[in-house]
Amino acid sequence: MIRLVGILVGLGFAFVSLLAFVVGAYNQATEPAAETAEYAFHEPAHNPRGGFSFDGLAPRWDVAQLQRGYQVYKEVCAACHSLNQVSFRNLADLGYTEEEVKAEAASWLVPGIDPNTGEASTRPGLPTDRFPDPYANEVMAAAANNNAIPPDLSLMAKARHHGSAYLYSLLTGYQEPSAELAERFPDSVPGPGLYHNPYFANLNLAMAPPLTTTGQVTYADGTEATVRQMSQDVAAFLTWTAEPSLVDRVSMGWIVMGFLLFVTILAWLAKKNVWASVKPRRED
Amino acid sequence: MSFPWAKQYEPTNPLMKYLDEKLPLPRFVYNAVGAGYPVPRNLSYMWNFGVLAGFCLVLQIVTGVVLAMHYAANSAVAFDSVEHIMRNVNWGWAMRYAHANGASAFFVVIYLHIFRGLFYSSYKAPREMIWLIGVVIFLLMMATAFMGYVLPWGQMSFWGAKVITGLFGAIPLIGESLQVWLLGGYAPDNAALNRFFSLHFLLPFVIAGCVILHIWALHIPGSSNPTGVEVKSESDTLPFHPYYTAKDGFGLGVFLLIYCAFVFFMPNALGHPDNYIPANPLSTPAHIVPEWYFYPFYAILRAFTVDFILPAQLWGVLAMFASILVWFFLPWLDKSPVRSGHYRPLFRKFFWFGLIPTMAALFYLGGAPAAEPYVMLSQLFTAYYFLHFLVILPIISSIERPEPLPFSITEAVLKSDKKAVQGENASPAV
Repeated sequence: MIRLVGILVGLGFAFVSLLAFVVGAYNQATEPAAETAEYAFHEPAHNPRGGFSFDGLAPRWDVAQLQRGYQVYKEVCAACHSLNQVSFRNLADLGYTEEEVKAEAASWLVPGIDPNTGEASTRPGLPTDRFPDPYANEVMAAAANNNAIPPDLSLMAKARHHGSAYLYSLLTGYQEPSAELAERFPDSVPGPGLYHNPYFANLNLAMAPPLTTTGQVTYADGTEATVRQMSQDVAAFLTWTAEPSLVDRVSMGWIVMGFLLFVTILAWLAKKNVWASVKPRRED
Repeated sequence: MSFPWAKQYEPTNPLMKYLDEKLPLPRFVYNAVGAGYPVPRNLSYMWNFGVLAGFCLVLQIVTGVVLAMHYAANSAVAFDSVEHIMRNVNWGWAMRYAHANGASAFFVVIYLHIFRGLFYSSYKAPREMIWLIGVVIFLLMMATAFMGYVLPWGQMSFWGAKVITGLFGAIPLIGESLQVWLLGGYAPDNAALNRFFSLHFLLPFVIAGCVILHIWALHIPGSSNPTGVEVKSESDTLPFHPYYTAKDGFGLGVFLLIYCAFVFFMPNALGHPDNYIPANPLSTPAHIVPEWYFYPFYAILRAFTVDFILPAQLWGVLAMFASILVWFFLPWLDKSPVRSGHYRPLFRKFFWFGLIPTMAALFYLGGAPAAEPYVMLSQLFTAYYFLHFLVILPIISSIERPEPLPFSITEAVLKSDKKAVQGENASPAV
């Protein structure tokens, strides 16, 4: 009885899904799904030449690069993008001394309360403060940016596939839409206030190219600030903000793996030893 | 329970003797996973996954309880509290990655454990109850994992919760009210997040209770084995300790090596980047996908795209639940007296060339975008999935001629068993 019911239920589900298959195949044959601009023109993110120091199985932070990237964030990105998971005290990871961190924090204005009147005001930052938002609220952020709210950048390197490469590719990837795109997908040509970028998911983003000219930032360490250099540096900095534990994590991982390998070999020998007396002898 | 030749617990230390009189907990452990539990001597490494699943459960409870000390189940701060764990809590990142990848590891182990059960027909009498409790554990795990994924309150958390609870909305008449009741509102929000956290904390302990029942039920007939021939004499078994503790110890080492490679070297490989974007009810992600371990069932859900008597969405929901519920009926669908797939030529063919490719395909298709040809492929494999369990399995079990079984486990291992009687080999042991 149970098997009869089972067979009927099984045939029922199989029939309906095969029916859906036939309908799908018919639709596909009569009106194949149109190719999309995203599918045809989206480019996969790529690393800068030479890659990043923190990729691979022996990662390290290039402290000078992180400092340069921080400078790019501070002088360019911070005009619109917040970094609200990061505190000034975290800058110590970038090789700054305690005094330098204090001075750096104090160079930012953070929201505060006037101690005399209790009214909202601003004060110089302390190491324990988070990076301040460039806008007081989302309404202001949207109003200032053609209704597109600039996202927080703290986790951007983990919030996209291949985040570090994505950031680098996006920042260096702005270009005029090709004639082919304009011809095949006229709707995908950027409208007013939008910019074409093949690394962006839907090809058009509201952010104007932020890094455009060599020397836009004057690096303290004298490195030439080309667009590629600045993009690479800020991508590295944002990878650090997204995953500050990255290098510690991998080096800890090697210690753990070494220990586990040792223990596993011991366990294997113990197992062989315990089973030696009961294993039948092979005749070969 | 247990076989008459099982070793007895005989404490010599006065303290252990005293304890055995007052509260025989050491005796209980000795009989459960010690020398007092005789186990078939021929278990392969496929029999490691029960112990590994138990290990994963403990791992998840320990890391989860620590995470709960720092996490805040409030939709305004949940996302930031997870980042607080990652950045400011000492070893917080290790705890969180261990927990997130621990869930994946738990499912890998459970899927291999179920796979073992399916190939060796571990669900057959006298072990039906073990199997039934096992399916309950799997359902509880799915619920727990789903609710756990909502807690970081990222984009996939939010939209996953919305899609999955939306499934209940497909139920006729009561669906909509049921969905509102489950969520505590019309969309996932603070009320939903709070109850999911509460249940996510509770359910692992319910699972632990079911695991105790699972093992209790296991100890009545004893473990199955790769031949599917029941234990006949003492020479068929070895005490669990030290033989299988040693074997499981090695298995645990291999498991930990793979697991730790994920935790330390690619902790986000199995997650989705969108979950590092805070939940935003106004912005729908391009592809809403669950965690990888739900992919086969998600593929089945999405395979039903045509209204036929019932609306397509309801078919999908019914099929998704049915795809797991069908496991409950396996002991009665598969009537073959032979357990092990090694001695079932027809069953073996459909298993390796039917079920396994189907599961692999559904795993892939569940994570693929809802576009052609993925949907059409899901439809074909979904059809096979149901046909396999509900039609093919009952039919093969009636028409198949099994290959001759060994007389006993001893004979299978040592090539001879003194107790074997000529001619008895051909009859399948039941």
